[in-house]
Parts: sequence; C-alpha cells; structure tokens
Amino acid sequence: MTATQSTTHPRTPDNGKPLVEVCNLKTHFPVKRGLLRSTVGYVKAVDDVSFAVDKGETLGLVGESGCGKSTVGRTILRLIPATQGSVAFDGKDVFAANRDELKALRRQMQIVFQDPVGSLNPRMTVGRILSEPIRVHKLAKGNAVNERVAQLLERVGLSPDYADRYPHEFSGGQRQRIGIARALSLEPRFIVCDEPVSALDVSIQSQVLNLLSDLQQELGLSYLFIAHNLAVIEHFCDRVAVMYLGKIVELAGRDAIYNQPRHPYTKALLSAAPSPSVDDNRQRVVLPGEVPSPINPPSGCAFHERCPLTRELARGAGSGDVVSVTVMGEPVRVMARCVNQTPVLETVTDESSHCVSCHYHDQSKA
Amino acid sequence: MTNKSLNQSTRIESAGQWRLIVMRFSRHRLAVLAAYLLVLSYIVALIAEVVAPYAPDKVNPAFAFCPPQPPRLSVTQGLYVYPMLRTIDPVTLQKNYTEDRSRAVKLGFLVRGDAYRLCGLIPMDRHLLGPIEHQADEARDTFYLFGADRFGRDLLSRIVYGARVSLSVGLVGIVLSFILGCLIGGVSGYAGGKIDDLIQRFIDILNAIPTLPLWILFAGLMPLTWPPLMVYFAITLVLSLLGWRGLARVVRGRIISLREEDYVTAARLLGAGHGRIITRHLLPGMTSHILVSLTLSIPQMILGETALSFLGLGLRPPVVSWGVLLQDCMQVESVVSHAWLLLPVFFIILTVMCFNYVGDGLRDAADPYH
Repeated sequence: MTATQSTTHPRTPDNGKPLVEVCNLKTHFPVKRGLLRSTVGYVKAVDDVSFAVDKGETLGLVGESGCGKSTVGRTILRLIPATQGSVAFDGKDVFAANRDELKALRRQMQIVFQDPVGSLNPRMTVGRILSEPIRVHKLAKGNAVNERVAQLLERVGLSPDYADRYPHEFSGGQRQRIGIARALSLEPRFIVCDEPVSALDVSIQSQVLNLLSDLQQELGLSYLFIAHNLAVIEHFCDRVAVMYLGKIVELAGRDAIYNQPRHPYTKALLSAAPSPSVDDNRQRVVLPGEVPSPINPPSGCAFHERCPLTRELARGAGSGDVVSVTVMGEPVRVMARCVNQTPVLETVTDESSHCVSCHYHDQSKA
Repeated sequence: MTNKSLNQSTRIESAGQWRLIVMRFSRHRLAVLAAYLLVLSYIVALIAEVVAPYAPDKVNPAFAFCPPQPPRLSVTQGLYVYPMLRTIDPVTLQKNYTEDRSRAVKLGFLVRGDAYRLCGLIPMDRHLLGPIEHQADEARDTFYLFGADRFGRDLLSRIVYGARVSLSVGLVGIVLSFILGCLIGGVSGYAGGKIDDLIQRFIDILNAIPTLPLWILFAGLMPLTWPPLMVYFAITLVLSLLGWRGLARVVRGRIISLREEDYVTAARLLGAGHGRIITRHLLPGMTSHILVSLTLSIPQMILGETALSFLGLGLRPPVVSWGVLLQDCMQVESVVSHAWLLLPVFFIILTVMCFNYVGDGLRDAADPYH
C-alpha cells in the first residue's frame, strides 16, 4: 500500500539510491495483563511507516508525544525489534544482519538523545565516554586514542582539556555537544537525532542546531531529525514527515508542508505552533477530543474522530455517505469513507513529491 | 572548526565519586560516630589477647558467679578494686560475695598476665588493663570488671574474645551473600522475562518461609563431630545462603532501571558487548547501592549467628561468641541472680545499631550525582 512514496524524494541523489530506506515498518508492543501475563493486545507504536533519507539530507519527523516518532528512530537502529517491514541502510538489510554485520552497520548509524543528563554515564569521564567506542572498534591504540578524543571535542566546539571531567560538571548544551561527539566518534554517515534540542534552553538550541548543520556540511551526514517543535523542524529540515498515531499522514518538502499543508492534522499542528508575528490572523484549529489509544486505534482513518474536515464535509453530504460515531460520549457525524476505508499515503503533486494520507485532501481549503 | 571553544580551558579540581561520598557521609554525625565505634570494636577483636585481662578459658572455680567489681580511684592507691570474699549461706548454700575492704587490688595498664601469642605469632604477656603482677595470691586477687560466669571465667575477656567470632561472621558471610546476590540479581535484571519471573518467585517463596526454621534446617545438616572452625564456616554459609535475597532485589532493581538509561543504549549502539556494558556501565552505577545493602545486611548476619548459637544450633563451647555467652542466660534463675551475664546483649545491640547507622549514612551519601 505504501510502495508509492518509498521511492519518492524531492532531491534526487547522485546514484539515485537513498541512504536509508524504510519500508512498511511496524513496531508493535504486546500488552500483558493478569497473573499469567497473557498478551491482551498490542500497542501499535509504529504502524506501517515508509520513507527514505537521502545522502546529506535531513528528514524531519514531527508529531505529538506518543505518536511513535522516537520508536521509528530506535527501530531503524534495531534498538527495538521491529514487528514487520524492513530497513535498508545503503542497500543492506538492517534487520537481517548478524551480530558482526550489525556491529559494522551501527558504526555508520548513530543516535543523539534528547536527555543530555541520562545519555552520558555519570561515572565516566568525558574522555572515557568518547574513547570507549574507539577502543571497542579498535580504531586506535595508546596515545592515538587521546588524540582522537581531543579532535572530537574540538570538532563539537569544546576544549580538549575537558576530557578529564565528569558529565555533571557541564551545562546541558555542553553535554549535548559531548553526546554529539560520541555519536561522531565512529564516523557515521547517518544520525538519528531524537529530539536533540527539546531539553535545552532556547538560546542554546540554535547553537546546537548550528553545530549539527555545520557537521552535516563538513561530513556529509544524513539526519533523521525527530522533534515536536515545528519551528526547529522548519529551520533545520529538507523534508518533513508528519506522524499521527503510528502512521505518517503527510510527507513533503519543507516549504510544501509549511506553505501548503494538505492533511487536516498537519494544518491543526501548524496552527497550534506559536507565531512570532504580531498581526498574525491565522485561524487556530482546535482539535476536539484526545489522541486515541494506540492499542485500539479508530478504524479507517485513525484521525476521523477528531478531524475537522470530515465533520465539515459530513454537514454538506448526502445521508448515504455519512455515518455517526461516538466521540467522548457525543455522537458526531463524519464521512463514511473515513471510518470504513484506511487512507493510503499517496503522491498528490508531482513536482515536490507531496504525499498525503487523506481521502479528501483535495477538498480541503489551504 | 566553525565553532570555537565555548569555554577557555580552566584547571578545576573535580571530586571523584568516592570523595563526594565521604564528604556527604562525614556530615552525618551519628553515622561517623558509629563508624568510629565499629572500627574500634574490630581493632579490639583483632587484638583481643591484649585487651582482655585474662584468657577466655581461664577458670577459677572459687569465684563462680562473682559479680562485677567496680573500679575505684584514689590518690594513694591509684586505680584499684577490692577483692571479693565469698561466703556460703549455711541454710540455702547460696554463694554470696562481699567486697573485702581491708586491702586493695591495684590495677595497672599494660601489666604482665597470662602469656599468649599475638596474632598467633608474637609471644607476649602484656594486658591492657589488669591487676598489677605478683602483688599477692593471684587466684584470690581477681579483677572481674564485668563479673564472672559459673566457672569463674572473666566475662569481659570472654566478650572481647567473642567479638572475634561475632563480628567476623557478618563480614565473612556477606562475601558469599555479595557474590550470590550480585549474580542472581544481575541475571534476573539483565535477562528479564521468564528467567526474571522465575528467580523473583523463588525469592518470594524463600521470603515467605520464616528465617528461623530455615536456619535450623541448615544447621541440622551439620554433623556434631565437626571441629569448631568447620562449624564456624558452615554457620556463615548458612547465614549467607539466606542473606543474599535483599541484595539480589537491590541489584535487579538497579539493573532494570540502569538498563533503560540512554547511555546504556548508546553503548549498545557503539558496539559494546554484554560484558562491557555490565562491567563498565551497569555495575559502577550501583556500587554505592550494593555497599549500602551490604552494610545493612551485616547486622542480620550477626543477629543470625547469635540466635543460632543461643539456641545451641550454631557454635558451641569451647568456642566463644556472643551467642554462646548468652546460652548461660537461658534460665530465668541465672538471669535474676546473675544479671551481668546479660552484658553481651548490650554489645550485640551496640554493634547492630552502629551498622545500621553507618548503613543509613552511606545510603544518604551514596548518590552524590543525583
């Protein structure tokens, strides 16, 4: 169902092959209850997600908390076992790799964490934190290890003298730089940035983002940039994927997402972001209800219970096309197609490979 | 580099984990006092021969159940006690002791007394405190600071010698407990899933059985013919076979929480194997917790040894331990008329309290980073 967008990208790379290719990825967690811990259901954290990241590209992954965006990042790195689907890194199947192959693959795929406190071992000096991967992979020996650590620290804008210190002696921004240095220690080509600036002060955020983009230009890195801050995504990403309840609902180039959002959820998300302009007259779209549980997501389009578009369309449609659903105890009339049929992520405009997963995307007003 | 160094390099002395723990611990006054007391008791136990006025097995039947002789101080005599005179009630045949105030037994420090070998090696005969040598009839001029037992053996000396067994049983016992607890708890926490469930239910079952019958069961397996040293190690084995449960729970809980830390995930991603993750990332993160748990489990061991020996299931005379000493207090009659025989209880309570305070202090000091 999602074969269409897995090969679509706005900028065609040199050899035509994307660096990371995610196909129909599903990550379900069993829900266990009772004395015998029997499985009573599954949390569909990631439910059929496909996308690709090109070389040197930054793909933003945005959505509200609990939509599965972090799980996507960790599943790609095989930190969480996938239920279904495949991830190819530079043509190699990540999920089929054996231990040694995986170790080799992970040299090229690293992660930067959200929490600058928990991501560094408090009992190790910065030098030991940064030298551990070098020692594990036997990339250098003796004094050469210390030299590489010093280089890494300089690369992220820290003094090489910091190698003797412990993480608790650093500020959040400095720790995040150390975390980035650790991710760089194995010279990866792809880094999952799992909300790398969400825990930082706004003033520090831009410094860290600038560091990340400098590194991208120097080293030709590709990023999967997970965030919930739309301003950060707009500043930083080439393309943006919007996730809702484990699925990608819209995937397009940054300008297309921000200027012509097609999916009603994307519109609501954008309208909720604070705007710096004073005479901003945007209409705030307030979604009714709450995010449904990923254990029992709504049928058809998972968004239909909260979708303002389908409600509006249902008002003007014939009774044959409309059904009534109960949302938070109240009956709501929505389009029957949204309840009965799962929408497919399909390309809507060719020039920017704008993909939307909505039955009525062409009927929505921009 | 596009980003220049944020901060100029500055040499700042940074305190390591252990120094921070020591700094915090020293703020806990009671714990520091308890720690000093414990160190003192272990030193006393180590050099028991010097501290004890007499050998623990030196009998003096003429002074059976002699009450404590309070030391006195005067300008002319220095430190002294009055010798005891025994009278036997002609009707009840009860032995009564009265102080003979006509003369004094002078006391001195580092006096000559029973010969011994310090640490089993150096032959010596000096005792920290005792009657000054050769002043009169040694058998009559006794010095029982804490009184004597039914064979006229000095209770103070026996308590000092008993400290050796009673204090060391906890230390030796926790070594095995530590290994068992770390291993079982570590496997349980790191493996998770079915193995974890199985181990935890097993611990639940062990916890549900009262300790005393379990001790009795294990102690009952010991042949009566074993020499005292074997019995001693068997007792520590029994105690540690049951003492690992608390530690296993602590280790498991810590491992489970640390396993989910981002830095452990990062280590996995950077290619570190299980061994490296456990030794470099998980264990250092819980040394302080293990230390606290161990400190708090030592008193359990000490009390266990005391209880077993008191019931006659553990160590038996002629071995001296605080539990063995308390066997003399089994009859109400002896406790009523010779209350000083209960003195070992005071030292047991003191030791257990000290360990608990030190454990509390360590727990408060344990995690300086959080």
